[in-house]
Amino acid sequence: MLTFGAVSLPSINVELAEYSELFMMIAAFIYTLAFILFTIDNAQSSRTIRRLETDLAREQESLTAQPMKVATAAAGPPPAEAASPPPEPKDTHNGARDPELVDEDMAYIGTRRPLANTAIALTVVAVAAHAFAVVSRGLAAHRWPLGNMYEFLVGAALIVALVYLLALHRRDLRFIGSFVLGLVVAMMVAATIGFPTPIGHVQPALQSPWLAIHVSLAVLSIGLFVLTFAMNVLQLLQSRRERALAENTAQGWGGFLAGRQFMRLVPKAFSLENWAYRINAVAFVFWTLGPMITGAVWARESWGRYWGWDTKEVWTFVIWVVYAGYLHARATRGWTGTRSAWLSIIGFLCIIFNYAVVNVYFPGLHSYAGLPD
Amino acid sequence: MKQPSAHQDNAREDAMNDAEGKAATAAPALPALGLVGMLRWAWTQLTSMRTALMLLLLLAIASVPGSIWPQRVQDAFAVQRWIEENPTVGPVLDFFQMFDVYSSFWFSAIYLLLFISLIGCIIPRARKHWQQMRSAPPRTPRKLERLPEYGAVELDDRGPAPAQALEEAAQVLRRRRYRVQVRPQDEDQRAGSIGAEKGYLREVGNIIFHVSLVGVLVCVALGAMFSYRGQKVIVEGEGFVNALAAYDNFFPGTWFSEDQLDAFSIQLNEFDRAFDRQVTPEGEAGPQWGNALDFTAWVTVQDGTDGVPEDTTLKVNAPLNMGGANLYLVGNGYAPVVTVRDAEGDVAFSGPVITRPDDGVYTSMMVIKAPDASPEQLGFQGLFLPTAVDAGEGMAVSADPEPFNPELHLNAYAGNLGLDEGIPQNVYVLETENLEVLNSREVDAGGIVLAPGEVHELPDGLGTVEFEEVLDYIAIDITYNPGELGILVFSLTATAGLITSLFLRRRRAWVVVEKTDSGRTLIRYGLLARGEDFRLRDENAAIRRDFEKIWPVSPPQTHITTDSHATTPTGKRG
Repeated sequence: MLTFGAVSLPSINVELAEYSELFMMIAAFIYTLAFILFTIDNAQSSRTIRRLETDLAREQESLTAQPMKVATAAAGPPPAEAASPPPEPKDTHNGARDPELVDEDMAYIGTRRPLANTAIALTVVAVAAHAFAVVSRGLAAHRWPLGNMYEFLVGAALIVALVYLLALHRRDLRFIGSFVLGLVVAMMVAATIGFPTPIGHVQPALQSPWLAIHVSLAVLSIGLFVLTFAMNVLQLLQSRRERALAENTAQGWGGFLAGRQFMRLVPKAFSLENWAYRINAVAFVFWTLGPMITGAVWARESWGRYWGWDTKEVWTFVIWVVYAGYLHARATRGWTGTRSAWLSIIGFLCIIFNYAVVNVYFPGLHSYAGLPD
Repeated sequence: MKQPSAHQDNAREDAMNDAEGKAATAAPALPALGLVGMLRWAWTQLTSMRTALMLLLLLAIASVPGSIWPQRVQDAFAVQRWIEENPTVGPVLDFFQMFDVYSSFWFSAIYLLLFISLIGCIIPRARKHWQQMRSAPPRTPRKLERLPEYGAVELDDRGPAPAQALEEAAQVLRRRRYRVQVRPQDEDQRAGSIGAEKGYLREVGNIIFHVSLVGVLVCVALGAMFSYRGQKVIVEGEGFVNALAAYDNFFPGTWFSEDQLDAFSIQLNEFDRAFDRQVTPEGEAGPQWGNALDFTAWVTVQDGTDGVPEDTTLKVNAPLNMGGANLYLVGNGYAPVVTVRDAEGDVAFSGPVITRPDDGVYTSMMVIKAPDASPEQLGFQGLFLPTAVDAGEGMAVSADPEPFNPELHLNAYAGNLGLDEGIPQNVYVLETENLEVLNSREVDAGGIVLAPGEVHELPDGLGTVEFEEVLDYIAIDITYNPGELGILVFSLTATAGLITSLFLRRRRAWVVVEKTDSGRTLIRYGLLARGEDFRLRDENAAIRRDFEKIWPVSPPQTHITTDSHATTPTGKRG
């Protein structure tokens, strides 16, 4: 216990902090393995598809006798499945060229992708190690472990991975595995190389219960926005591809994508759009509560004003407005589909800008990065 | 039922029209000639969803310049410096209010238009919803099978007659919290139908969200008008009484009047800083050695003229509330007490000098101006180092934020300090261009280095400078903003409205009960979502399950499953 006049702060547990760093490295290493496996899985899409097609053909034969019991256990409430026809290859506008390999509602339909599944298992292990690292760092410092840029990045990476795993539990999101894991690895690397910060207490301005609430909500909404960003990007690609397939053209971007086997394992643009919207709606609420409202409350508590157009506040506002525009665009004729997807993508790019560029290069009140001079 | 403007959910309106057999809404008609027509057309345009969307995106873009260029609202001095450093671009940007983005005419124009559009949308929408909440669910569409979700159950011979089945279906829907209207016999002379709707709160939430945003804006505006914000530096042992003249800086709102200043006073008795002193097991300085951990100002406050003086602490993140105003500890530093005597030995300056800490080890800039010195005015500029250590070549740096070895490192100047012209000067800046250098590392006399208690004699007998002791000072912000509570309340109601409008589902259901040619009872039902609804199919399945629970449903149901795979009506756009 260190006591100074009016304060007494518990001393830092250095040994536990060292364990934290060790487990952070282990987690990063396993994440990298998972990322590699996801990427190989993507690269081998054509082989996966060939196997799936033979499986489908075999099932087709037995289908008339007994309706296929799909992997409902993982696909959420079974009644939805019972009311709809089994996901047999339908006569879609793509015709025989593109049988249904993925479910429209992103439910699991028994698609075997061993490499991707191994990658998911590895991610679970990595998240466990990562969670231990983050929690032990908080315990070692006796505070919420989101007090500087290093902790923010590794904390955000943990939430991104965790949100992805939780989403995977409900929906078949294996198609964005390499993107999410790639981002997690990038965040871990950026934290360790770009912002290495030894463990310690935080400065007086950050000693507030609002730190935990404000930053955690921000991290949580970012974790969700990551997923929707990936989905919206794929939605744009997929809608191009769908158009090219419908027009039976091999020209341009769409034609190029039409030939990509990987895109056949990605759900339809329409389905991507709907899921991105559902997740964005939740993330938007977190963004409203976290960066906006609790941010204003804390700013009033700490700096004496609720909103002062500090660079970070400006960008928080910009992001809020862009996503508000996205939610409105979904209800505006002529703005659904591709255009609203662009808004969501721009919103996420603003988030990246807000954390990567504003934190580091723009002077402001939020300069808590703990950056070396 | 349809209104020309009011931010309609256009995409979904199409689905309803489709089920009702109507064509999609035609493009808006060309404006009628004449002023009234033009105004009406402009109003329709302004309150359209598309315009609102454009204004939203414009607002986002218009906010960005405020993060690129310094803003007067934050740092007027930085703006002045920026314009001086960019004499060509600076005035142009200033003309376009790029340094006052958030109070500029163009930024205001965007958000005011946005809010007018919003109000113009909310009012008709609220009126319409009020009517809908008090009227019966909409009439049963003719082609139920064209609704996004559709199902049918045929009861076997044991099943109830159509009239009873209708009543039982109504019970099912009521249990699922629909508002139900039973229509025993509709115009087609079918056995009867049910119109049902639920989730009216979704639209209520939507309206609350938008109204709350208006509330936030109004509170922000009112708060800004009656607010004030001031800054004051208080040295150990000194005090502050809340009066206009006592502030170092003061920023009143438009409608601020001096009698808004409540009488209170604060005196700084002592100031404590705490720094990280944890050592490693090897006995070396820890990785965060010297980082600030705590600032505590021990103060005596008196609220009101006849209040009882009270000892308390003022800390970061823990403001003091006095007479409606809040006091914040926003900064601190060292104030070395210096006495300057002139050539005649008269005291030309004496007192604590506010220094400006520049880094984590409190390397602090300081300036002393002694215009009363004779025969020549004297000026000093340099550094206060709390723990001075030799960095070689006669340079010294501070090694620690605490005053273990405090030293002044000053240059001395003589000449006209420019204070007599009456032009306001920054007290922290000394213009040395036209002054004679007395002491500096560049001249033979060398710079001044002083420890507490030491006296330095200026060259040519121009006087002396004495470093007596080191005091602490704190910088406080005093703010008063009556709009804060309203802003908080409206933000929270906005969030509640947002959650309701995003996650509550508004659904319409219709049930038609009829007798088939074979004498059995056939129940057909259709579902329609108003707004985004991704679980409409689940609702279909749930209703079906409820029906199967109470009725003997005959097995062959090939025609029952829905042909639509779109979980929302927007799926129709393909």
